[in-house]
Amino acid sequence: MSSTTLTERPTRSTVFDGLSRYIPIGATVALLVAMYLGGIARYPNFDNPQLIPDLFIGNAGLLIVAVGMTFVIISGGIDLSVGSVMAFSTMACAWLTVDAGLPASVAVPAVLAFGIASGAFTGAVIHYFNVQPFIATLAGLFLYRGLTLQISDHDVSIREIDFFSWGMERVEFGEPRDGGFSLPYISFIAFAVVIVAFVVLHYTRFGRSVYAVGGSEQSALLMGLPVARTKISVYAVSGFCAALGGVIAAFYTKSANPLAGVGFELDAIAAVVVGGTLLTGGAGFVLGTVAGVMVMGMLSTIIAFQGNLSSWWARIVVGVLLLAFILLQRVLARSGERKRKA
Amino acid sequence: MSDEPIVQMRGITKDFTGVRALDGVDLTLRPGEIHAVMGENGAGKSTLIKVLTGVHSPDAGRILLGGEPVRFHSPGHAQAGGISTVYQEVNLTENLSVAENLFAGREPRLGPFINFRAMRRRAAALMSDIGVDINVAAPLSSYSIATQQLVAIARAVDIDAKVLILDEPTSSLDRDEVAVLLRVMRRLADSGCALVFISHFLDQVYEICDRMTVLRNGSLVGEWATAELPESELIGHMLGREVEALDAIERRASESAPEGGTPLLSAEGLGRKGSIAPFDLDIREGEVVGLAGLLGSGRTEAARLIAGADRHDAGHLAFDGRQVSGHNPRTAAARGIGFCPENRKTEGLVGELSVAENMILAMQASRGWARAIPPARRAELVDEFIAKLDIRPADPDLPVANLSGGNQQKVLLARWMLIAPRLLILDEPTRGIDVGAKADIQRLVAELSAEGMAVLFISAELEEVTRLSDRIAVLRDRELIDVLHEESDMTTERIVDTIVSRGGAE
Repeated sequence: MSSTTLTERPTRSTVFDGLSRYIPIGATVALLVAMYLGGIARYPNFDNPQLIPDLFIGNAGLLIVAVGMTFVIISGGIDLSVGSVMAFSTMACAWLTVDAGLPASVAVPAVLAFGIASGAFTGAVIHYFNVQPFIATLAGLFLYRGLTLQISDHDVSIREIDFFSWGMERVEFGEPRDGGFSLPYISFIAFAVVIVAFVVLHYTRFGRSVYAVGGSEQSALLMGLPVARTKISVYAVSGFCAALGGVIAAFYTKSANPLAGVGFELDAIAAVVVGGTLLTGGAGFVLGTVAGVMVMGMLSTIIAFQGNLSSWWARIVVGVLLLAFILLQRVLARSGERKRKA
Repeated sequence: MSDEPIVQMRGITKDFTGVRALDGVDLTLRPGEIHAVMGENGAGKSTLIKVLTGVHSPDAGRILLGGEPVRFHSPGHAQAGGISTVYQEVNLTENLSVAENLFAGREPRLGPFINFRAMRRRAAALMSDIGVDINVAAPLSSYSIATQQLVAIARAVDIDAKVLILDEPTSSLDRDEVAVLLRVMRRLADSGCALVFISHFLDQVYEICDRMTVLRNGSLVGEWATAELPESELIGHMLGREVEALDAIERRASESAPEGGTPLLSAEGLGRKGSIAPFDLDIREGEVVGLAGLLGSGRTEAARLIAGADRHDAGHLAFDGRQVSGHNPRTAAARGIGFCPENRKTEGLVGELSVAENMILAMQASRGWARAIPPARRAELVDEFIAKLDIRPADPDLPVANLSGGNQQKVLLARWMLIAPRLLILDEPTRGIDVGAKADIQRLVAELSAEGMAVLFISAELEEVTRLSDRIAVLRDRELIDVLHEESDMTTERIVDTIVSRGGAE
C-alpha cells in the first residue's frame, strides 16, 4: 500500500491560495488604516467618533450595490445596469406613491421584486443566448435610464414621508461626548445585506457554485453543477441589490432624481476590485468589498477635511488605486504560475 | 459478474455539419467489467462518450440504461442517472479547494449551510481511500495535474456511479500514479460498477480491461473479450490495415549518419540554473539524436535551451561552426532551427486559425509580414503537405482546434517542414496520438534525416527513441549523464541500465 501512496505538498503560491489571496485585501485594509491614522494626525476633529459611522450612512447604497456586484464578478460576469436600475427604483418608489397612490408598504416590495425579476431576465439572456455580460447589462443601463427619464425628467418628491423617514431615524450608541455615535436604519439594512451575502457566498451550495462557475464555467457544467440557475441567480442578486440601493436612496433623499446614479456601476466595480475580488472571476470576498467601499468613502472624507481640494481628486486617487490593485493581482497570478512550473 | 447489461447503446448515429462522426455504433456495458473503447484519433470514441453522457444528442439510435430507454440532455442529467465521466483535461475548478471540488453541488450540510469540517473529513478519507495523501483544504491549483486527475476520479467514484467513464485519464500520470489509478479501477469494477476506459496505452488496456469495443472511422468494428484478441489483431482492427509500418521504420547509424565532421550544432557546457545542469551535446547533419529520461529528468529543458525558448546562463552554443549569441526563438528560426514544443495546444498551434494558416505561420514569419505568400502558391504548398503528411480531414480551411491530436501534430510538423529547417527539435511529438499517426510521424522523421536534416527527438517511449535515434543522450535528475552511440547500445534495456546505474552511484 505504501508503495502506491502518493503524497504531495501543496505549493503555496497562486492567486487562489490561502495566503497570497489575502494580499490584496490585506493591502486594502492597511490602506484604510493608514488613511484614518493619517487623517487623525493631520486634521483636528478627524477622530470624531461619528466619522466612521458616517461612512456607513453616506455609502450605504454603494455598499449594497457593490455587494451584489461582488456576486456577479466572482461568477466571472459584470453588471453595468446597476446605476440605472437604482435610479429607476428610486423613481418608481416616487411614482408608485405619488401618481399611483399606493402605500409605501406595497410600493417598496414591488420595486424590490422588480429588481430581482429584471436581474433574472438579464441573467437568462446572458446564459441562454450566450451574450457577453458586458453587452447584455449595457442594454439594461440604457433601458432603465431611459425609462426613468420617461417617468419624469425632473426631481420628484416622495409622498408617504412617514414611511420613508423611518429609514433615517437614528439609533444612538452612547452619548456623543463619551465617544458614542448614532446610525440610521439604512445602515443596518446595509449591514444585514453584507452579513447575508457573506454567509450565502461562503457557506451555501449556491455561494460555492458561484465561485465554481467563476473558476471555470465549462468544468462547473461537467461537474453537474446548476450553472444556468447560478448565473441567473447572481444577476438576480445584483438586480435586487440595485433596487434596494434605489430604495435606500429614497430614504436618504426623500426625492427621486432621474439622473441619480450615473456612473454608479463603475464606482461599485471599483470598490469590488479594490476589495480584492478578481475581475476574471473565481476569487473574492464580500468583506473585501466592504473595505473597498470604505476606502472610497474615506477618500471623500479626507478631501472634504482638506477643504481646498476639488472633489475630483477622489476620482483620480480611485483611478490610481484601481490600476495598482489590478497590477498587484497580475503580479501575484504570474508569480504563482512561475513557482508552480519550477 | 452479471451478464445483464447496465448500458446498451444501439445504432448510435451522429452528424456534425455534414460529417458523419458516428454511424450506427453499438456499445454494451455490463456491471463489474472494465470495457475499453479503442480506435484511432477521429474514430469516434469521444463522440460516442459524449452521446452517452448527454453532451451531444444522437441523430439516430437509442440508449438503454438498466433496460429503460433514456435520453440525457446534459452531463449533470447523466450524472444523476449514475453515469460519471473523468476527462483527459481535468474538469474541476482550480480556484476551489480539493474538498470543495470533491463535493461541489453535494456538500454535506447543517441546515442550509455547508458543513466544512465534515466535508474536509470526508474528503480526506476519500483521498486516502485511493491512496493519495494530500491537504484537502488547499486549493486545487496548488497540486500537480496528476493529483488533480486523481481528485477528479475520486469525485466521480464517490458520486456512486453505476457507470464510470475514464477518457484518457492516464496520459498525464507517471508510473506510480497509473498504478494507483488502475488499482482503484479494479476495485470499483469488483464493487459492481461498469467502467469505460479509453487510452492510447495498449499495455494498460491489456492489463486492466475485460472487454473491448473497437471503432474505426465512426463505425463499429466489433466487440471482443480482451483475452481473445491479441494486440497485433487489435491494432489491425483499429487501423484497418496490416500494420507493419511501425516495424518497418528501423534505421541505424550506419545507414544514414555521417560520422565525424563538424557538427551542425554543438553545445558546450550549456546550462541554466534550476532547469538543467551544464551539458555537452553535438548534433550532425542527417543525424537523429534522441533524448531519453524519465519525466522531469530535464529532457524538455535541454531542448528548450537548444531551441532558444529559454535563455541559457552557462556555456556556449555553436551552430554551423559559428558561435551563437542572442539566442531566442526568432533568431533560432532564422538560423534554421525548428522547435515543436511539448504542449502543442498552448505553445504551438493557434486553435482558431485554419490548418492552412497554422502551417504557413513560420514561413510567413521568415519572409517578413510585408511580403505575403501569393495565395496560389500558398494553396499549392498547403495541399502538398496535407497530402504528404496524410492530414485528415484534408480541409485546409478547418480550424485546427477541430482536428484530432495526431493531425494537429502533423500540422505543426508541416509548419516547420515548409521552411526546411536544418535542425528540427521534436518534444514528445507522438504523445497522446494514435498508432497510425505515430507511425506516420516516425516515418517522417526517418525520411527527413535521410534527406540530411538533423533531428533532436524527445519521447517518453523508449522504444520509439531507440528505433529512430542514431545516438541517445540519457538524462537523469536534470543532468545529462551519458550519450549512447554504439549500435548495440540502442536498446531500451541499455537506457534503463544507464539511468539506474548512474543514479545508484551517487
